[in-house]
Amino acid sequence: MIEFEHVCKRFGDHVVIDDLSLRIADGEFFVLVGPSGSGKSTLLRTVNRLIHVDAGTVRVDGEDVATRDVETLRRGIGYAIQSVGLFPHRTVAENIATVPRLLHWPEDAVRARVAELIDMLRLDEPDIADRYPHTLSGGQQQRVGVARALAARPRIVLMDEPFGALDPLTRESLQTSLKAIQRETATTILFVTHDMDEAFGLGDRVGLMLDGKLIQVGAPLAFLRHPADERVRDFVGGTRARLRELAVRTVRDSMRGGEHAEGEPVDAAASLQDALGAMLAQGRDRLPVRDGIEHVGAIVLADLVLRP
Amino acid sequence: MKLAVTLAVLVALLLALPHAAPLFHAWQPSLPHPLYTRTSFLALTLAHLSLVLAATLAAVAIGLSLGILATRPLGRSLLPTVRAVAVIGQTFPPVAVLAIAVPLLGFGAAPTLFALVLYGVLPVLGQAVAGLDQVPAAALHAADGMGYGRWRRLRDVELPLAAGPIMVGIRLSAIVSVGTATIGSAVGATTLGSPIVEGLVGNNPAYVVQGALLVGVLALTVDAALAAVERRVRRSDRR
Repeated sequence: MIEFEHVCKRFGDHVVIDDLSLRIADGEFFVLVGPSGSGKSTLLRTVNRLIHVDAGTVRVDGEDVATRDVETLRRGIGYAIQSVGLFPHRTVAENIATVPRLLHWPEDAVRARVAELIDMLRLDEPDIADRYPHTLSGGQQQRVGVARALAARPRIVLMDEPFGALDPLTRESLQTSLKAIQRETATTILFVTHDMDEAFGLGDRVGLMLDGKLIQVGAPLAFLRHPADERVRDFVGGTRARLRELAVRTVRDSMRGGEHAEGEPVDAAASLQDALGAMLAQGRDRLPVRDGIEHVGAIVLADLVLRP
Repeated sequence: MKLAVTLAVLVALLLALPHAAPLFHAWQPSLPHPLYTRTSFLALTLAHLSLVLAATLAAVAIGLSLGILATRPLGRSLLPTVRAVAVIGQTFPPVAVLAIAVPLLGFGAAPTLFALVLYGVLPVLGQAVAGLDQVPAAALHAADGMGYGRWRRLRDVELPLAAGPIMVGIRLSAIVSVGTATIGSAVGATTLGSPIVEGLVGNNPAYVVQGALLVGVLALTVDAALAAVERRVRRSDRR
């Protein structure tokens, strides 16, 4: 659990965080989204005290971070950044093992955990564990960065635009990996991005930050359907908000149970965007839906267009 | 492998020179003493080497400390001053440094050591600052975020990543010392400069050649040895 209570931070005359309060629950995937300079990265860094607040309190699991020993605090919180920051003189395995080693885990526990993470983040090229970071692609480097952040099984992970520098395909694949891992491990993740689609795709809840203030906090759909004001409406993309909505909603929510259709089936857990893509690809306006291998219904183009 | 060659040449020289009197006599028949015999060449070489070793160790300790200090957030403002002082120190001619040091430290090894350290610090300092400065900022930021303490970050991340450039500085510092130490014999230190100085004063070119040969080969050997260390250090610094 992460709590911000009336947090203020200024750099010189510039107010970066303006009396901000927020509570992130255990196991929640919370995404802070906003344009550059909105204060979202600064807010994230107050949690592991890379930045000190001027006023207010930041609490992790109920404890004021200002009262904690800073190294112990940081070793207990995962941290991944856009520039990755792998240690160039250490192999992939050594990089991943960083925090467990700082915490003096027994060596066989470290080795087992590294192997587990290499598997979990699908770093499955042969001998990748013994390679050095400069031999990896950007996507692989960031996978190692994420593995390193998760290595000591922290209950809280901070991620500062970790996928910002990756190409769209790689980014999407990493987002999928991360979301699955987060669900499985019930880790609390505070994730910063300026990409609305990424925020809506990943976040259980999203907080939109502008000029050091949280303008709106809520589930992705709430943003799209009930934007708090014009600025939020602009940020979520005006008329394109409806298009974004398709990415957030699943086929399961809009399908007609029990009905039949011709064509290649789509999965019930897929997004409506995927379903629309499949319809376009197959040239059909209705497609069968399956859940696993079981046929469960049909999805119809007209239902996508309808306002729920 | 270069090290093996230079080392072999050095050993061969040390073995052959004491028996080379006929050779130098043939070259300079007018000289009554064609071979330097006041101290054995081996003793001279060892004395020279220990002076260089002591000076280089001191220069590394001072240069590295200053370099680390100057790259800490609190020491940043000192960096231009530290650099300027080191550069000015470097521009004094060695002979002038010795001339100033002798009244303070007396004759012999002490003023020589002082001069060698003074000259040895700058390359180490410069390379330490350059090396520490080029450690990727992202790696440092990540290290901080993961809970490395200041000292641990320096020891486990910064120094290993700066080791290549720092070794270049150490190598440079040692080579300069090997050359400069010869001048120490002008103020009474026992080095391979002794035959050179005595040869120049006593108009004995054979002495000069004997000293110069050994100094030259010694410099090459030290350089090759440190180059081997540098290669090893760089191999572990992949990027």
